Amino acid sequence: MALLEVRGMVKSYRDLTALNGVDLTVEENQFHGLIGPNGSGKSTLMKCIAGAESPTEGTISFAGGDITDTPVAERVRAGLSLKFQITSVLLSLSVYDNVLLALQAHDPLRSLIFSRTRASLDDQVLAMLEQFRLADLRADIAGHLSHGQQQWLEIAMALATQPKLLLLDEPTGGMSIEERRMTGELLQPIKRRCSLVIVEHDLDFIRDICDELTVLDQGSVLDSGTVEHIRNSTKVQEVYLTRV
Amino acid sequence: MDDKVAVAPRITEPLEILKARKGIERRPILPIIELSVLVLFAVLPLIVADYLTVFFTRVLILSLLAISFDLVWGYAGILSFGQALFYGTAAYSVALMARDLGITSIFIVLPAALLIGLVLSYLIACFLLLGRRQPTVIFVALGTLTGAYAADRLARGWYYLGGQNGIPSIPQMTLGSYEFDQGSVYYYLAFVMLVVVYAGCRFLVRSQFGLALAGIREQEARISFFGYKVQTIKTIVFSLAGAIAGLAGGLYAFHEGFVWPNMLGVILSTQVVLYTLFGGVGTLIGAVIGVIAIEVMSYILADNYQQIWPILLGVLLLAVIMLRPTGLVSLIVSERERIGDFEPSRGRRARWRWGR
Repeated sequence: MALLEVRGMVKSYRDLTALNGVDLTVEENQFHGLIGPNGSGKSTLMKCIAGAESPTEGTISFAGGDITDTPVAERVRAGLSLKFQITSVLLSLSVYDNVLLALQAHDPLRSLIFSRTRASLDDQVLAMLEQFRLADLRADIAGHLSHGQQQWLEIAMALATQPKLLLLDEPTGGMSIEERRMTGELLQPIKRRCSLVIVEHDLDFIRDICDELTVLDQGSVLDSGTVEHIRNSTKVQEVYLTRV
Repeated sequence: MDDKVAVAPRITEPLEILKARKGIERRPILPIIELSVLVLFAVLPLIVADYLTVFFTRVLILSLLAISFDLVWGYAGILSFGQALFYGTAAYSVALMARDLGITSIFIVLPAALLIGLVLSYLIACFLLLGRRQPTVIFVALGTLTGAYAADRLARGWYYLGGQNGIPSIPQMTLGSYEFDQGSVYYYLAFVMLVVVYAGCRFLVRSQFGLALAGIREQEARISFFGYKVQTIKTIVFSLAGAIAGLAGGLYAFHEGFVWPNMLGVILSTQVVLYTLFGGVGTLIGAVIGVIAIEVMSYILADNYQQIWPILLGVLLLAVIMLRPTGLVSLIVSERERIGDFEPSRGRRARWRWGR
């Protein structure tokens, strides 16, 4: 059974239909890319899956259960995690505290009040910061990091909740070429741990990292399949005016 | 052109962030302020006249009320204009217990005041915070304001509660055969209560729970995407703050010997907001300093300028709030220290490793 199945997803805002009957299937440990021109509905689809938006029609099943009407916090507890398109690390907190905040989210409130997991999570926070090359900056406040470092911190925080499926909305937006390359390197080891749905405009980046691609256009699925299949799709070539 | 876009985030970096970064290297100042205030309060009755001991007992009790507001607004981001509702309701309740049932034991009336504040604030939180939709700051502010206003009107019009005059001549609080009268003993009772509550709140806001609160305060929407039950956390803090306000109300009722409708209403609720904003919201000691500063200034100004003292006080408050929106404490405490740091110190980390 697939990890995530979206069926017949429709999202309308008054006169605008952002999604018009979208289907999406993501298998376990699969990196799935969502591409398409601006306004094609990629971010809206991600928000509907994460629970930030309610779909007008359609169903979402995740890890065998229907989560279409499930509140955000429960989706996260079930194993979904979203990294927003606009970086939303907590700017006034330190880098360390940002990751600890994400890591401790599943602890019961009683244990948070008595700081029972502070010692046991310390190693995990440090390991996470080491993995994302932020260990030396851990005492700095997040607002002082470069844009690329903030994006990595945000990915680290999204991963800290130990998701089964990570939703990344434009993780390399605003990054330099070198930072993009490093982001690709940082994401590769995640494959052993969880699946990934990634929205990205950088086609080179997405081709390198993804197993399957879904192409959206004007709120509908234009084509879906392996990277090779999408490369040769004539429908996709018509939209992009070139081979993907 | 491209180069300009690439460096833009660094150029437009907010000044507070740079200042806050500088604050990391500074020595912590908050514990020094806390200790100074603690020592000052501990020795005050020994060095001031008796009538001033009574005055400072009120300051201690109002500090409890200000801490309760600071906890909800400064830490959990809930703008409550109804802290006086919990304070006044608890005060009226224990006054009635003493008047009608003859219950004056400190072991019953103070826990009762705390419990009344807790239950009432929990019920209001269920209505304001735990609905299906996430409440806005304005919704909660107006909801609590309406509650305080309605309670004030109710108390003024209800004969059983003494109407406009309130309930006078409440029997004194007792411990066995001892009766608590205004003076040094009551002062130290209020002092101990303030120290215990302060220590408890300090423990809470510096715990991992406090980190969750810091996250909620900065980006409430983001926090729920980690899996936090934000409204449940807010309800806990709101109820706890209600309990503290209730305890303060109970202490105040027996200290003054009477309760009146102003203790429930909008005026006192707003006054508490001013105390905390003036002293420094988001630092517990800021709330206490706000009460000391405003009450002492009011006392001195009222003594020297009988007619125009409210105007002078208003101008002073406005000046501080306009020039320093983060309050008096932030004049000497860095933004970074005010927000706090949850990473273990090197020493503590070493002890953890050693303990394994």
